[in-house]
Amino acid sequence: MVRVADGTLRRTPLYDEHEKAGARLVPFAGWEMPVQYEGVKAEHEAVRMAAGLFDVSHMGEVVFRGPDAERAVQRLVTRDVSRLEAGQAGYAAVCYESGGTVDDVLVYKNPDDFLVVVNAANREKDVAHFREHTGDLDVEVVDESDDWALLALQGPRAEEILQNFTGSSLSDMKYYRHAVGEVDGRHAVISRTGYTGEDGFELYVRPDAAAPLWRRFVEAGATPAGLGARDTLRLEAGMCLYGNELDEETTPLEAGIGFAVHLDKEQEFLGQEALRREKEEGLRKKLVGFKVEGRGIARHDHPVALGGETVGTVTSGTQSPTLGEAIGLALVAPGVEDSFDVVIRDRPVPARVVPLPFYKREKK
Amino acid sequence: MAVPEDLQYTKSHEWVRITDGVATVGITEHAQDELGDVVFVELPEQGATLEAGDSFGAVESVKAVSDLYAPVGGEVVEVNGTLEDSPEKINEDPYGEGWILKLQISDEADLLSAADYEKLLEEES
Repeated sequence: MVRVADGTLRRTPLYDEHEKAGARLVPFAGWEMPVQYEGVKAEHEAVRMAAGLFDVSHMGEVVFRGPDAERAVQRLVTRDVSRLEAGQAGYAAVCYESGGTVDDVLVYKNPDDFLVVVNAANREKDVAHFREHTGDLDVEVVDESDDWALLALQGPRAEEILQNFTGSSLSDMKYYRHAVGEVDGRHAVISRTGYTGEDGFELYVRPDAAAPLWRRFVEAGATPAGLGARDTLRLEAGMCLYGNELDEETTPLEAGIGFAVHLDKEQEFLGQEALRREKEEGLRKKLVGFKVEGRGIARHDHPVALGGETVGTVTSGTQSPTLGEAIGLALVAPGVEDSFDVVIRDRPVPARVVPLPFYKREKK
Repeated sequence: MAVPEDLQYTKSHEWVRITDGVATVGITEHAQDELGDVVFVELPEQGATLEAGDSFGAVESVKAVSDLYAPVGGEVVEVNGTLEDSPEKINEDPYGEGWILKLQISDEADLLSAADYEKLLEEES
């Protein structure tokens, strides 16, 4: 149930809601998506202070089904998914033999199958990669992306708002757990996950349920939030974005998501050897967080320099709405430790390396 | 979108007010709306000399960067220092407190009338 506009850009089932809300729609990964409604800063703040609502229906849902489903997923992702319980989700990378990253994904373990959620821009590449490397196994790799819409309700008020619409007990649901249930009488997979650094939920629903639920949440006080706020929120939370921090030339270890790489897992995964070697021999580059100390905002692809020599590249950068400072992530040569210059429009501006994340919510 | 009739415009969405040989320059209401929340303005030094069409700085919103171009040639005689601490003035009052710089004109250039600029906006939408 995906609508296609003028033969090129796809539209989610929430397109009409975005238009009605006055969203600015932009092409994104082949989709026509809302980048903002009222404004990035206001939407960002709504997520940090109350609740924001995102349409992330463009993400891809790939199901692994059959006797060898777990073996197939184990072979493809860096995380040891045998350690996940049914009802649990885990963040992972998918790698090539070289260790370079195909995608970063969320793996949901269900009683009978695995759901792997992939980035919209990588969907076709991922599905081809999954099938290519599991052809010898008794597993069906099903691209169910068009059967699901995905809403992300994020922020300190997310639980309270969602609880009004579901019989599932949300206070008992831990972070990175999910359950099948009903929301406002509609079938939904309720997942306590997100990409904002806040508490929140992601709701996998049938396409025809998306708009009614969207309206319910907005009426209940959630602020529609676009891709602009999604990017500033995830960057404050120090989370990677495929195409920025991660790509085919960058390994998950370099991108600082080693926590999702289980090099000791029993069943071998694609890229394991390369990543092991990289760990032994030392990383060729590493991801660091920085704050700009001079005037200016570093952006994706701006060079990082030390003593006039280029030693890296900014992968993401923005003005942090929460901190009121220019922040960013950069892939830099090993040995670059405390400070460097970010070269903003040919002008070197001092920056200081800081620990990640830039923003951490206070746990209840 | 407001397009004041007493101003002149560029195709790159700057506005110009010329008084006694001095051009006050800012970006249009349309431009600030396209950018969204402005968080940083990069300004040239006072005394710098610009030719018409030179890039002299940039306006950054949370999401985007937009280069600024000199609508006429001349010397920078004043920059709006208020924007260093309050870049949001560009969103709030693009034709007033959100002005960006003043140029002592040495070189005229082709500028658009309000009517021509409105036509341009229609074509671009």
